[in-house]
Amino acid sequence: MSGSIPSLIAKRIAVAALTLLLVSMIVFSITSLLPGDAAQALLGQNATPAALAALRAQLGLDQPAIIRYLHWLGGLLTGHPGRSLSDGLPVGVLIGKRLPESLLLAGLTTAVSVPLALALGIVAAMYRGSWLDRALTITTLSMVAVPEFLVATAGVLIFAVELHWLSALTFVLDHPTLGQLLRGYTLPVVSLCFAVTAQMARMTRAAVIDQLNQPYAEMAALKGVGLSRRVLVHALPNAVGPIANAIALSLSYLLGGAIIVETIFDYPGVARLMVDAVSNRDMPVLQACAMIFSAGYLGLVLIADVCSILSNPKLRRS
Amino acid sequence: MKHDESRGSTWQATDLPRRQALRRLTAAGAVVALGKWASPLAAAADTPRVGGRIRVASVASSLVDTLDPAKGALSTDYARQYMVYSGLTQFDSRLGAQPGLAEQITSDDATLWTVKLRRGVEFHDGKPLTPADVVYSLLRHKDPAVASQAFTIAQQFADVRASGPDQIQIRLTAANLDLPVILADAHFLIIKDGTTDFRTAVGTGPYRCVDFNPGVRTVGRRNPNYWKPGRPYLEEIELIGIGDESSRVDALLAGDVQLVNGVNPRSVQRIRASGDCKVHETPSGLYTDLVMRQDMIPTGNADFVMAMKYLLDREEILRAVFLGHAVLANDQPVPPSSRYFNPQIPQRVYDPDRARFHLRRADLPSGARLAMIASPAAELSVEIAALIQDSASRVGLDLAVDRVPPDGYWSNQWRKHPLTFGNVNPRPTVDMLFSTFFKSDSPFNECGWKNPRFDQLLLAARSERDDEKRKQMYWEMQAIVHDQCGLAIPAFNSILDGLDRRLKGYGSIPIGGLMGYNFAEYVWLDT
Repeated sequence: MSGSIPSLIAKRIAVAALTLLLVSMIVFSITSLLPGDAAQALLGQNATPAALAALRAQLGLDQPAIIRYLHWLGGLLTGHPGRSLSDGLPVGVLIGKRLPESLLLAGLTTAVSVPLALALGIVAAMYRGSWLDRALTITTLSMVAVPEFLVATAGVLIFAVELHWLSALTFVLDHPTLGQLLRGYTLPVVSLCFAVTAQMARMTRAAVIDQLNQPYAEMAALKGVGLSRRVLVHALPNAVGPIANAIALSLSYLLGGAIIVETIFDYPGVARLMVDAVSNRDMPVLQACAMIFSAGYLGLVLIADVCSILSNPKLRRS
Repeated sequence: MKHDESRGSTWQATDLPRRQALRRLTAAGAVVALGKWASPLAAAADTPRVGGRIRVASVASSLVDTLDPAKGALSTDYARQYMVYSGLTQFDSRLGAQPGLAEQITSDDATLWTVKLRRGVEFHDGKPLTPADVVYSLLRHKDPAVASQAFTIAQQFADVRASGPDQIQIRLTAANLDLPVILADAHFLIIKDGTTDFRTAVGTGPYRCVDFNPGVRTVGRRNPNYWKPGRPYLEEIELIGIGDESSRVDALLAGDVQLVNGVNPRSVQRIRASGDCKVHETPSGLYTDLVMRQDMIPTGNADFVMAMKYLLDREEILRAVFLGHAVLANDQPVPPSSRYFNPQIPQRVYDPDRARFHLRRADLPSGARLAMIASPAAELSVEIAALIQDSASRVGLDLAVDRVPPDGYWSNQWRKHPLTFGNVNPRPTVDMLFSTFFKSDSPFNECGWKNPRFDQLLLAARSERDDEKRKQMYWEMQAIVHDQCGLAIPAFNSILDGLDRRLKGYGSIPIGGLMGYNFAEYVWLDT
């Protein structure tokens, strides 16, 4: 029985790899559909036909698309995703500088939002139907409904511009103190939490309630097991699968979806790198970012799957 | 990002010292173009203080950020480069040329120029400045492989060579009296002989580059050996880019940055209302224009062009779109602040009757609906287009406003349709402005306009040493553009910067924001 788990996981990884290959084709073909190219973007208003042709040849943009794709894919597989068309630096170096920043922001947000969402969801499930549940439902639903740029902008106006408590930008600091980190990261982390917490809390609530409605939970109640014990010891372990999935979906948003927050706070993360790459038609960077986001997403979903499998004996056997 | 703010050099057209130069030319037969350097400010009341650190946010920062003067294309690039490099000359507040690394620039015929270099100037690594550095810095722009933004301008350098231990000679392909002013441009900043790696910078400028991370930040630290004794004043400057205008203004008001450029007229009140910050306004030659392609239908029709010019309600555009932070323009590109501005051309005003008359003569097919392509890439063009649409509907002309995203606008939309909007930055000389955007064979001739008389005057003016005659030529050219060119120019935008009140020494160099990108050597921080 336990022998099948590694093979199951191996199968999932194989599927993920195949998915990534498909994604690479889609990313490549869609980015080729963007009007204009890096040569035009670099020359801008100064683009003359002669200058364009020279720059295209220099950047290798005059090759047929299929050759460029194979070349790029080969590079990706051997760990050389090419050089940025904008400044000629290796894409790996550029992303290497930005990815830790994005992971830091995502990590801080996760550290705040996951416990918060779990607590909110479980409490709402325990007291479902009560005024507390309704208040939590309304709050979380409004959090989903309010776009994060509004939260971020309002936060900046109140806490940075008016009160001067927090920073309107999140800077790269060489040796930040705890105070500087709090000042710089509070607003972006809170804005991102608004976006991801609600979804996770709603799913947690639904999953736990689903379990509480099962006959075994009823039996536990009839036997006189207290509410907290029923929820935490009986229902929650059975709800791990759907909750892990909800968390994975929400967290995958934190890499690519943080773009609005990264823009508002001028945060040097991967998402902003990707947007810069779009406007500069810097395809190697753009494609590498898209692949990283897809890989991150697939990785999180894979972890969630594994959690479901491990927590559910039925899936384990199948 | 304001794309075009960007592409190309940013310059305008007045220069007091040149007038002096020309006077000397006629008197003595030699051009002595440069005087003693001066601050572009009126005498500062306070004594500058050395020390302190500021953070400056420009309008954009991305992977295309560069320390290579040849590649500079955005205001952030120019600001970064003027921070670490120096040029042979520097702009003053009238866009004249002041001495920089060149102590003196002289010429008898405006074709062969002799540049005497300042002695004792050192690069940040201690290497003394030599003629070889200057020769390399100027000639590399001619190499197509460098892909310099100044490629076209540099074609007039026929030959640049060392002619002594502190002296070089520049031979031009044709006489050009504007050379000292051209050399003040950011693209002609001086780098070390043989430099090809621009991951960091070794210049002779006021700040040493201690960190350069494209798309993130540039940090400059005070150069104690700067060739202007006592300057610069700040210990450290961090330069970042914030693309979103409201985020940029928020950062200023929150005290996270002390200086920003690219302030929208709508944010002026907000900045003024805060006690800590202020707005610095610089009238300039920057304009957003309606481009009517002369090789397309119906915009190639002279009556249609004239009708559109009369349909611009300039007063209303000035009031509603620029909120007063602009001056009226008269369908020609030389701003009133230029000493070559022609005040005798009557100001064209909104005149629906004349517009109707010309529209009838243009004989448009009935029920025709024409689209104006506007984009945030051309500053405020969407708002201007809306006002034009409104006045056109009142004379029965049906115009649509097609709003397109800034991304790719300059490559795919601008000049590709009958009606689009352009955006032209200040140029330091009238000649550069006319040569770039109005000469028949220029690749940037926006409306595809061709006028032999105009071209002839342009070439003649370039070498005309009698300043009065030269002015007459420029006046006639402005009148030709005003009457015949397919461009409608409603206003000259003012350049708006926002700054912390504690920042002193700030002034205007009307080539662009951030004190013509030269703030670094002038500003200091009051405590």
